[in-house]
Amino acid sequence: MTTLARLDSVTRRFGSTTALDAVSLEIRSGEILGLLGPNGAGKSTMLTLLQGRRRPTSGTVELFGGDPSLARFRAELGSTPQETALPDTLRVSEVIDLVAAHFPDRVPTAQLAEEFGFADLLRRQCGALSGGQKRRIAVALAFAGRPRLVLLDEPTTGLDVDARHGLWAAIRRHRADGATVVVTSHYLEEIEALADRVVVIDQGRVLADDSLDAVRSRVESSIVSLRSPSAQRIAELAGVVRAERAEGGEASGDGTDRLDLTVADSDEFVRTLVTSGLPFERLAVRGASLEEAFLALTVSTPASPERIPV
Amino acid sequence: MTAAADTRDPVTRAPETRASGRVSMVKLYGMHVRALLLETLRVPIAIIGSMVFPAMSLLFFVVPNRAVADDPVLATQAVISLSVFAVMVSALFNLGLTIAENREKPWDPYLRSLPLPPAVRISAQLTATSALSFASMIPVLLVGAFATAATVSASGLLLGLVVLALTSIPFLLLGAAIGYAFPSKAAIAVIQVGMFGFAFAGGLFFPPQFFPDWLDALSRFIPARHARELVISAVDGTAPDLWMLAGALAWTLAAAALVLWLYRRDEGRRYR
Repeated sequence: MTTLARLDSVTRRFGSTTALDAVSLEIRSGEILGLLGPNGAGKSTMLTLLQGRRRPTSGTVELFGGDPSLARFRAELGSTPQETALPDTLRVSEVIDLVAAHFPDRVPTAQLAEEFGFADLLRRQCGALSGGQKRRIAVALAFAGRPRLVLLDEPTTGLDVDARHGLWAAIRRHRADGATVVVTSHYLEEIEALADRVVVIDQGRVLADDSLDAVRSRVESSIVSLRSPSAQRIAELAGVVRAERAEGGEASGDGTDRLDLTVADSDEFVRTLVTSGLPFERLAVRGASLEEAFLALTVSTPASPERIPV
Repeated sequence: MTAAADTRDPVTRAPETRASGRVSMVKLYGMHVRALLLETLRVPIAIIGSMVFPAMSLLFFVVPNRAVADDPVLATQAVISLSVFAVMVSALFNLGLTIAENREKPWDPYLRSLPLPPAVRISAQLTATSALSFASMIPVLLVGAFATAATVSASGLLLGLVVLALTSIPFLLLGAAIGYAFPSKAAIAVIQVGMFGFAFAGGLFFPPQFFPDWLDALSRFIPARHARELVISAVDGTAPDLWMLAGALAWTLAAAALVLWLYRRDEGRRYR
């Protein structure tokens, strides 16, 4: 297994905002690396650094052994434009041909269109396409030059289920053909469907970097909501990762507080709660959103925000 | 940016089999020129302004003034001045504004993620704009030919066009520099000030023969003046003065250095 790209304590600031904060990461050949994080976490900044479109404020970015801001080191890199990027007045075939012309071993336009399902759109101007059609073409562009490393930024946002599954199948096929893929998403489902290795980032920091299963077990958590006059003691029970307390919520007046508890295992927690004999009412359990799971990850390791102990 | 030699495992390089195929930079350049021209020509209204304005200037300011329009020497100089103006406006406006606007759209940043050397993209932009610039000069030549006493020999016309193309290079580069340095709204203001400043001080609207001495001296440092004088001497078949050549060359080199520096520094808009 070889390293195709590397970030070495990379920090990138935009004015007073720190988009990436001392991030180190290696991208190894043959893997599908899922980059998971909420909007604004720093995922896109990481990709623009790998594409050589931006330079780090400090630290080192390496792509195929060199500086990605030099064109020759991008010869085997494929990436997607935003779907709004395609020039309105150019035809789909013209856009494909222009992008493919940058690579020595290009995929023929017809073959690419067949694979990504837009053979009937080649003569259309990009401005006349729907969002989903543009998205499929944008993803196809990343594969036009048979790249060894592919960066896919939110590849299936806005696609219907069929189109999404078709695209996932195409991404897996290219990986089987030897491509290494980095895919960003804020959908856990998408990362689960594709990735072998998952990097969770938030606020410019790497919160977790592990196999899919290991990260999933940490990210999958539940929210238990209840009301209780003993909110403080319930929040201190075993199994609570994070507690949010809304004092004297609506229609309160009876001295009870509303509690939202993030727990790893809701069944186990409910047993603990019942056994403790503490009073509670209006118990509700739901799966945590990814956002909430990330928050739990952040607070669970105040001492070492860089890595979560397994 | 490559880290100094260290003990970590080496990052892979392209295997020989993949590196064997080479991309022809000339072909790539051709593809970019074609795409840029198609993008512009499919919205033709965008270039109407720069095509009509210089011809209208000739029609309204020169043609009614029969002292100039009926004098073969002055009329020819006026037609040349406005041809230089047409090419300059088109170069500054089309290139400066296009580049500034494209930096605010996500397509140009995407192209930067491709293995595309900066010089290829910039020269394609210069070429596509030059083609449009020359189109914008045609109405000026037509008005000059049919409504004034301007005359030119076939060889003078040909040589004049070649020199005009060469002297338009610093304007193209300056347009590109403005596009990379400013957001589009600021670029419009800078281009308008620059364009009229160059046009007046360079003798494109009033012949420099009528300039006071101080303005004439100042004018000799303005690229529009160099372009005007060089094209006139090409059309007349006279030898150009050294200051014209030196001035044009200095502006070209300085503007080229500026554009390359700005392009490398550019990262598009914040957060994409």
